[in-house]
Amino acid sequence: MQPLIRAEGLRVCRAGRAVLEGVSISIAPGEIVTVIGPNGSGKTTLLRVLVGALRPDEGRVWRRPGLAIGYVPQRLFLDRSLPLSVGRFLSLPERHDAAEGAAALHRVGIADCADQPLAALSGGQFQRALLARAILGRPDILALDEPTQGLDQPGIAGFYRLLEEVRAELGCAVLLVSHDLHVVMAASDRVICLNAHVCCEGAPAVVSEAPEYRALFGAGTGGTMALYQHHHDHSHDSPGIGGHPPEGDAERETANVR
Amino acid sequence: MFDDFMIRAFAAGVAVAFAAGPLGCFVVWRRMAYFGDATAHAAILGVALAFWFSLSVLAGVLLTSLAVALLAVWLGGRGHAMDTALGVLAHSALAFGVVAASFLSGVRLDLQGFLFGDILTLSDRDLWLIWSGALVVVALLVWRWQALLTATISDDLARVSGIDPRRERLILSVALAIVVAVSVKLIGALLISAMLIIPAATARAGARSPEGMASGAAGIGMLAVAGGLFAASRFDTPAGPTIVTTAAALFVLSLIGGYLRGEARGRLRLRG
Repeated sequence: MQPLIRAEGLRVCRAGRAVLEGVSISIAPGEIVTVIGPNGSGKTTLLRVLVGALRPDEGRVWRRPGLAIGYVPQRLFLDRSLPLSVGRFLSLPERHDAAEGAAALHRVGIADCADQPLAALSGGQFQRALLARAILGRPDILALDEPTQGLDQPGIAGFYRLLEEVRAELGCAVLLVSHDLHVVMAASDRVICLNAHVCCEGAPAVVSEAPEYRALFGAGTGGTMALYQHHHDHSHDSPGIGGHPPEGDAERETANVR
Repeated sequence: MFDDFMIRAFAAGVAVAFAAGPLGCFVVWRRMAYFGDATAHAAILGVALAFWFSLSVLAGVLLTSLAVALLAVWLGGRGHAMDTALGVLAHSALAFGVVAASFLSGVRLDLQGFLFGDILTLSDRDLWLIWSGALVVVALLVWRWQALLTATISDDLARVSGIDPRRERLILSVALAIVVAVSVKLIGALLISAMLIIPAATARAGARSPEGMASGAAGIGMLAVAGGLFAASRFDTPAGPTIVTTAAALFVLSLIGGYLRGEARGRLRLRG
């Protein structure tokens, strides 16, 4: 099948240093790809290049013609002088009628926030508002940049659950960037471990066992990495959860958001 | 009671406020106050060049303001701190303009009139040009409204939606140069930024949407023009600075109004 996005030989330099070097990546329709890596590993840069927010210094990015991207940036710097309600934000740049906007806000669980100033939302509500705007465009792919940064554990689990539901309804691909080693979506088809170049990639369980991954994040963190799991396929014997007590993070999180 | 030139000044002022209000909102939202200053100060250089090359003042100001605006965008894009680049530009443009004007020995150039505005110099032709310029600016803003707002919130969000933020910046620069050109005779180069920033800042207090703030800024600007011209004719003060003074007074009123509203809300909350 034709990929949604394909990039080859990406190289991005900042102040003479290569932030990305020789990165090639391809995302198929409906695929869930998680990019993990330590701070400064070029994750955000890669995402911005792939969605077209940043032009690479070298390499090529190909996007399927007419590709609808639902982009959820890490944060927005909103000037306090701009009076912008959540509802108005949803209609930028494409206008949607109020009913559509309300439905999207309802879907992400912040139905009563339409008239609130965007700047007044809490971190979790803000991420949901960004997600609502992204799904309004009926995206072929959702691209999220560390969407759970600053959220507490139940908030993180709740957001990933919402993301899985929304993805299932839209049938879109998901490209997720995270430095959150403790909770990586087990639903990922592919995890890409990035440190300026692609260290290793594969199914979540495979990556968490890979020596490159362990070298990058240290042997200690390899044991504490927990894969976020749906309660129905949750198992304490699964690889990657090793080291957690029976009431591990994964189970408590799902319990809290139910 | 109202002379011909007062009516012309009022008509010109309404046009300036109509365009400067919404554009000023973008200046405030995008923190381009210094950018507005640089563009406006370049007007004096434009006036001098216009006299030098026997161009119309409007054309001279439009060209130099646009050139300085583009230079500022270019400098900012080359990694210089935008603030510094604009500071250098704003003041050099003003200084070069005043120096250039001093070389014009043959013609009598009323520098004061272009620095602070002089409604006596407004002709019917000027009025026509001012209204045309204002309408072009408003049409530009309406046409690009959604894209401009998106690019104001985030360059990345804009690019992913297929909007080129550089293009939107360029449109704002052009609009800014036009507003400077059409308001230099009425308000004066030194105070044009005030007509961009003060009505917008005043409208912020009661605004609940970007559109509400933009139209509010236009309305407040027009109110300042009406009040300022009335006061200027009454007390025989210079029109441009009196309009800006009125705008500043409206701003203070909006602050007091906002404070009182906040107090009232606080009292209600206590009672509830």
